[in-house]
Amino acid sequence: MIAELGHYALVLALLIALVQTTVPLYGAAKNDFSLMGVAQPAATAQFIAIAIAFGALTHAYVTSDFSVINVAENSHSLKPLLYKISGVWGNHEGSMILWVLILALFGFAVAQFGIHLPPTLKARVLSVQASIGVAFLGFILLTSNPFLRLDPAPIDGRDLNPLLQDPGLAFHPPMLYLGYVGFSMAFSFAVAALIEGRVDPAWARWVRPWTLAAWIALTAGITLGSWWAYYELGWGGWWYWDPVENASFMPWLSGTALLHSAVVVEKRDALKSWTILLAILTFALSLMGTFLVRSGVLTSVHAFAVDPERGLYILAILVLFVGGALIMFALRAPSMKLGGLFQPISREGGLVMNNLLLSVATATVFIGTLYPLFLDATTGQKVSVGPPFFNATFVPVMIPLVLLMAIGPMLAWKRGDLSAAMSRLWFAVALSFGISIFVFWLHSDEPLTPVIGFALAGWLAGGTLKEFADRIALFRDQLSKSLSKARRLPRSAYGMTLAHLGLSIFICGAVADSAWRTEVVINAKERNTTSIAGFEAELETVDRLEGPNYHLERATVVIRKNGEYVTRVFPERRFYPVQQMPTTEAAIYTTFLADIYVSLGEGSKDQGWTLRLWYNPLIPWIWAGCLIMVLGGLISLSDRRLRIGAPFKRAHKKVKENGLLENA
Amino acid sequence: MTPKRRRLTMVGLGLLMIAAATALALNAFEDTLVFFYSPTDLIDTKTNPKKQIRVGGLVEEKSLLKSNDGLSVSFTITDLDNSLPVIFKGALPDLFREGQGVVAEGYLVGGLFQAKHVLAKHDENYMPKEVADSLKKSGKWKGGNKQ
Repeated sequence: MIAELGHYALVLALLIALVQTTVPLYGAAKNDFSLMGVAQPAATAQFIAIAIAFGALTHAYVTSDFSVINVAENSHSLKPLLYKISGVWGNHEGSMILWVLILALFGFAVAQFGIHLPPTLKARVLSVQASIGVAFLGFILLTSNPFLRLDPAPIDGRDLNPLLQDPGLAFHPPMLYLGYVGFSMAFSFAVAALIEGRVDPAWARWVRPWTLAAWIALTAGITLGSWWAYYELGWGGWWYWDPVENASFMPWLSGTALLHSAVVVEKRDALKSWTILLAILTFALSLMGTFLVRSGVLTSVHAFAVDPERGLYILAILVLFVGGALIMFALRAPSMKLGGLFQPISREGGLVMNNLLLSVATATVFIGTLYPLFLDATTGQKVSVGPPFFNATFVPVMIPLVLLMAIGPMLAWKRGDLSAAMSRLWFAVALSFGISIFVFWLHSDEPLTPVIGFALAGWLAGGTLKEFADRIALFRDQLSKSLSKARRLPRSAYGMTLAHLGLSIFICGAVADSAWRTEVVINAKERNTTSIAGFEAELETVDRLEGPNYHLERATVVIRKNGEYVTRVFPERRFYPVQQMPTTEAAIYTTFLADIYVSLGEGSKDQGWTLRLWYNPLIPWIWAGCLIMVLGGLISLSDRRLRIGAPFKRAHKKVKENGLLENA
Repeated sequence: MTPKRRRLTMVGLGLLMIAAATALALNAFEDTLVFFYSPTDLIDTKTNPKKQIRVGGLVEEKSLLKSNDGLSVSFTITDLDNSLPVIFKGALPDLFREGQGVVAEGYLVGGLFQAKHVLAKHDENYMPKEVADSLKKSGKWKGGNKQ
């Protein structure tokens, strides 16, 4: 009964979304306030209807109602509660429900907080947002309905893929979707602005927090996914340049560009057409990510439910929305009023370079991801594009970007002084030089690539710290004055400083891990010892145990350094009988500077077990760097001036103030 | 600079960068593309033993052998017409099983495939797309609708 209720709510949501798409749009064209007013209650009702559908599906999972096909195929009565709930989005149908729920949530948020939005803009934004909802609700109801019944109901379910029964992956999809779908907001605002034919700083003030929120969620989502792949797959790596990973990385790159170009629109009223285009493309890449993952056109190390028909439907949505938006862009963009002028060497100029480089980086990832598809379709030749390709294309584009990241924030708006900025960068040079020497001294007998990587990270950190210190006049003024300046600094300034520092820390981790990772594979019997990176590891025992819905072998491995006890770790090898599938649970001993990563392979008492050990230097810095980026985003989002419901009318006055502040 | 010239400079700069990216990509493709073959393809294709390739098919039943030290394994990849012996040092993926689809990446030296990586899928029902296609080509595909 409850499943039928969910199904009914979903159909209802589709109808509401249809009304929300058409009526406010017509009202805005006719300047009819009562018709435009339909958007707000419709957005609320649509959100509630989808929330009911989502709740109904969750209920079916929690109560293990195996008469629902979706539950029978993806759940099991013995599964822990957390994974019963996360199982809702651990499969295709449920994850699409989560997708539209988040889509409706964003529409609902605009309806609630957008009190100060100009009424026509608000009506149009909500209408565009609802049209995306129509497309995806239609997709769910036509091809992926999770509420279909099974008769007779099986006694028990087929369980969730054991690899997905993990806390990291329980929260990875919702985060990723918040990011993907969050960019729909930027898209809706962009299309609404094209319909209005007007973009002003106030528009950017609206787009920025939404884009920032989506960016934060996407950053967190990708980090969680990478972390999960690191400890769950048992391969010791954290990023494989796999198509599915790239699918989430491309919107992140272009979303990062959008974040920066929206600043230029807000503060300087320039780059308007470009920002609109970027908003459209970012959402297009999000949709493409959904398409690539859901259609199974690419061979990936990650596996998902695969259905060509569904892929075709999503492809149609992609073509319709992106094509439509781009045509509208081509028609309307030339009539946009040209904004504030600036010299090539200025903050704006720096942000333009940022955008160009990030776009090129997105393009290289795009080419590498889609080229195998293209070649297969045209010649039938099957190829794969792996890490060497991305190392040869993506990394060279990132180097100038990181170099510019230290300089850009030091340039003034409109007309910057490059030599003055360079003379302020002595600290960056010093830090970069110092770190390179130190790294070279540590690893003088090895290739120079990591030294270059660390030099870049030092340069970025030095430039970012110096810029912050100059802002609060640290060491040039009394400490108390600097502190009071620091208190008055807008939070978005803290946000930028933290995000850029986070990237610097991330670079250290990524460079160190790719250059100095070491791996040992042994066949070990109990009491056998091996050594890795100055540590000794001894396999003490391997025990057979029972988990809630799996059997397991748990090894006890003692790690010593110079004969002294450091820690004990417990890598596991689990077997899930329902899915007939083994998984490897790696054990990780982490210090702040490195991980020792132990994974237990197949084996027996007489033959010994395959034991793989990795020494992964600075890998915790990868997660720490990403977390700091997320933190920077959150602090920036909490900025009073960016607050989602911030008064609209004072926008222009504030822009002037900001301009002065930034120039000071 | 007039706004028009400035815009032109921007567009020019953008095009230059896209050209640079394309050049980088094409250049990288030459060295980094990894081609995929089925065991049958390899009979009449000459491959460079120094260039990494991928081979896919089914793991032949009862072909999996473990070396005495327990670290190396050997098995045979087959597309049910022809087969290719593979050796691999390291831990096989969790879902590696005889009779299942698999993709190995490595070097073909004198008729023996020395694998550097072995990929199997997370989902046991799922067959790597390349493997399914090559089985279809050899006429031995009897798979379900999962692909």
